[in-house]
Amino acid sequence: MSRRTVVVVGAGPAGLSAARAAARAGADVTLLDASDQVGGQFWRHRALPGGGTAPDEPTFHHGWGTFTALRDVVATHPRVTLLTSAQVWALERLDAGVRLRVLVGPADGAGREHLTLTPDALVLATGAHDRTLPFPGWQLPGVTTAGAAQALAKAERVAVGDRVVVAGAGPFLLPVASSLLRTGARVLSVHEAATPASMARGWGARPAGLLGAAHKAGELGGYVGTLARHRVAYRLGEAVVAARGDGRVEEVTVARVDARWSPVPGTERTVAADAVCVSHGFTPRLELAVAAACAISPDRFVVVDDEQRTSAAGVWAAGELTGIGGAEAALAEGWVAGHHAASGAPDDAGLARAARRRARSADFARRLDAAHGIRGGWTSWLRDDTLVCRCEEVDAGTLRAAACATGSADLRSVRLTSRAGLGPCQARICGRTVAELVGATEPAPGGDTGSAPAVPDRRPLVVPVRLGDLATLPDVPAADAP
Amino acid sequence: MTVDVVVVGAGIVGAACARALARRGLAVTVLDRRGAASGTTAHGEGNLLVSDKEPGPELVLAQHAARRWPSLVAELEDELGSDRHGFPPLEYDPKGGLVAATTAAGAQPLRDFAARQRGAGVDAREIDVAHALELEPALNPALTAAVWYPEDAQVQPVAAAEALLASARRAGATVRPGVEVVGALRDGERLVGVRTSDGDIPAAAVVLAAGPWSGVVAARLGVGLPVRPRRGMVLVTTRMPHVVRHKVYDGDYVGATQSGDAALQTSSVVESTAAGTVLIGSSREQVGFDDRLRVAVLREMAARAVRLFPFLADASVMRTYLGFRPYVPDHLPIVGPDPRTPGLWVATGHEGAGIGLGPVSGELLADLFTGAEPATDPAPFRVDRPAVLDAALDEPHPSESTPSENTPSENTGEAS
Ligand SMILES: Cc1cc2nc3c(=O)[nH]c(=O)nc-3n(C[C@H](O)[C@H](O)[C@H](O)COP(=O)(O)OP(=O)(O)OC[C@H]3O[C@@H](n4cnc5c(N)ncnc54)[C@H](O)[C@@H]3O)c2cc1C
Ligand SMILES: Cc1cc2nc3c(=O)[nH]c(=O)nc-3n(C[C@H](O)[C@H](O)[C@H](O)COP(=O)(O)OP(=O)(O)OC[C@H]3O[C@@H](n4cnc5c(N)ncnc54)[C@H](O)[C@@H]3O)c2cc1C
Repeated sequence: MSRRTVVVVGAGPAGLSAARAAARAGADVTLLDASDQVGGQFWRHRALPGGGTAPDEPTFHHGWGTFTALRDVVATHPRVTLLTSAQVWALERLDAGVRLRVLVGPADGAGREHLTLTPDALVLATGAHDRTLPFPGWQLPGVTTAGAAQALAKAERVAVGDRVVVAGAGPFLLPVASSLLRTGARVLSVHEAATPASMARGWGARPAGLLGAAHKAGELGGYVGTLARHRVAYRLGEAVVAARGDGRVEEVTVARVDARWSPVPGTERTVAADAVCVSHGFTPRLELAVAAACAISPDRFVVVDDEQRTSAAGVWAAGELTGIGGAEAALAEGWVAGHHAASGAPDDAGLARAARRRARSADFARRLDAAHGIRGGWTSWLRDDTLVCRCEEVDAGTLRAAACATGSADLRSVRLTSRAGLGPCQARICGRTVAELVGATEPAPGGDTGSAPAVPDRRPLVVPVRLGDLATLPDVPAADAP
Repeated sequence: MTVDVVVVGAGIVGAACARALARRGLAVTVLDRRGAASGTTAHGEGNLLVSDKEPGPELVLAQHAARRWPSLVAELEDELGSDRHGFPPLEYDPKGGLVAATTAAGAQPLRDFAARQRGAGVDAREIDVAHALELEPALNPALTAAVWYPEDAQVQPVAAAEALLASARRAGATVRPGVEVVGALRDGERLVGVRTSDGDIPAAAVVLAAGPWSGVVAARLGVGLPVRPRRGMVLVTTRMPHVVRHKVYDGDYVGATQSGDAALQTSSVVESTAAGTVLIGSSREQVGFDDRLRVAVLREMAARAVRLFPFLADASVMRTYLGFRPYVPDHLPIVGPDPRTPGLWVATGHEGAGIGLGPVSGELLADLFTGAEPATDPAPFRVDRPAVLDAALDEPHPSESTPSENTPSENTGEAS
């Protein structure tokens, strides 16, 4: 009998852990990642010529030892095939199972190699990207997402600027500030939009409540310590509401915000800075899950059961895709997903341990949202000329005018008449913002009730593909045709 | 309160009916189970073509439409404004179309086709390769025949449909998104309104304009109507410098439009949009309302496009979307009263030409409704033609229509 085949998409904490668990349970595993390295966002690292890692890596990462152990397993296990620079660009639903279309090779090179996979089971561990709310001037060079700043710091040891303001919402701001400090940047301040009251609601009454959150304690405590040592102020209930500069950011306006994130008039002050790193939370990369017809929750995560099984037959999911829980949770979920995808024994001891670790972080996402979830008042810091969609250069005024002239709150119509979200990023950056601004209801893509309007995360092409690559796709066996 | 007319469906056809009826003083309510212009109208392209049509009733309607579009766009822009804070631009562009045969076998059929069209009054100019390359410098020079159609144009379908609806509202119509028609209100044989997800709506007349779902909705109203979905996919590239200047089709487009084969057919239509993207259409597949991605279809479309324009091999496709063309077995629209059910009117079945033909179909329906002299001959499009009634007998009984058939595609495709 041939062994069960499991494909894992994404080699971050969740995918690495899933691949190991699936191999351990006896399956033939193919682990794919679009990046040229494994580790995902959490363990993004400097690639040295020759394939080694820098001696200072452990100081940039938590759990570096966990990473190297996982990396060594997936690189050497006889039943694991690891493919980096392997971009899954489409998923086809067949009558039974799914077919993945993969291009292997340097990201924008011509003539990448085609790979077609029809596994018995699929584990999606595609992670998330960070979400940034627009503000006047956010298109200026020098304004980056906190995630991009973090990736640059971790992979290149390069700081985004000399005098950096970090702003947005969520505990992620802390590791970003801390990495920036490590690369030698001067972090002026960290502005967290959540007010002290909502922080208390999410994390407990004591100011240290955030640090008390189970496994995150040590990690976040370390970051707070680093900020304190560098005398970086961590200010709650504040937001960057504008950036200005001649061709590049030179100063930002910081204001106090109320519980709904509306700026409090009269509290604005100007800070000179040459870089601003902003993140207001994470949005999961849902494309493949949506293509597989997995049910998506109203708050836009893939719905999974205790075994990390999605609503789509033969498809499991783990990591940020199923809820924002941090790397520890991703590791535990990945284990559970990989084990079940491989049809591993239900009484496995390793599985039981992973399930317990997962349970410990179960509350994290809820607390995170209670404390840091985006509040509707932020739209009041927009001006009519604030760009909402940077790709197509659509500003808030144009967007509202289009919605008003057509009388439409239908997301698809508003996008097509205003062009917001039609550019190269395909609304990954602005999609939810546009929906909030025009008051469109955003249904879950999986829950197709006949009255559901647009589905923002349906992108059958996960990334742009060269027409030449499409035109030269090899045949698939006719028996496989959908 | 009883309205004069309930229009079921706020696609371009329903929007055009609503505008034409409201402007004649009728009290109109438009219902759509989703948003306005969220169905097929948002999932196709905006080609306004005469070039792809055989001589016959559809071509006559298309020629009428080609004459009507410029004045319609002017009326709408005049009425709604088109500056930055006015209505979004309709992107009407009478850019003309070039049909090119790329195979030896394709050359003669294309020339013959063009000759027949000329006989029917179409401006179809056979041109040589040098002239074709002057019109489209990036075109593959290995052409076997080329015909230039100056009357072809394009429009942004969603903007056009929204503009027709906005104009209808200004003439007093009410548009109610999120209201689904679930059944009929009857007085004996007569249809006297619709039952909806949001209560009963009595009406003196009902216009069925539910695109590819018209057959399903007809069944809910208790009549058979053979309108079926014919799937099509479109590719959109990232923005690029303006290289493709007109609409360019490979000659196969002609053959594919007319055929009823279930098998996959593709033919290339390549065009630039106002936004700088290039649209590549489109496939024709008979797979019901199955909206699953089929990469093999994308491959066919890409291969044809690259054959027409070799430089496109290096262009990136950033999205693909699909829609369901509403078609009738004889491939003609249905516009007019349904004599089987007094009170019921139909405007649908425009297949791959509903953007172009929608506005004049709405006006034709309003002509018939108000007893005005129709601008074109309505006879070929009547409901009680054999091709419609015979096929209607084969339609599933209302109770047989499954819920899944009723579900519009969930993809966020779009038309630009
Ligand atoms: C930019 C960024 C930086 C972050 N830095 C930190 C940090 O420093 N500390 C912290 O606590 N948390 C950080 N986070 C949060 C972090 O995402 C999680 O803690 C953790 O990495 C989640 O693990 P994951 O396995 O779910 O996803 P990820 O680590 O995001 O891994 C997903 C992987 O899937 C791959 N992938 C996605 N789609 C495809 C596809 N179609 N084909 C092939 N491969 C694909 C990606 O290349 C990626 O490697 C960061 C998040 C982001 C977005
Ligand atoms: C890939 C592709 C390319 C195309 N290219 C072109 C082109 O270049 N030129 C051209 O002219 N045409 C083109 N078409 C065809 C054109 O898009 C259609 O003919 C046209 O959009 C049909 O419009 P409609 O108003 O009849 O249908 P739709 O736009 O589908 O509108 C019907 C509406 O009815 C609503 N509805 C359904 N059921 C109910 C119910 N029970 N209650 C209430 N409302 C309901 C739906 O939500 C929908 O909004 C193309 C089509 C496709 C798929």
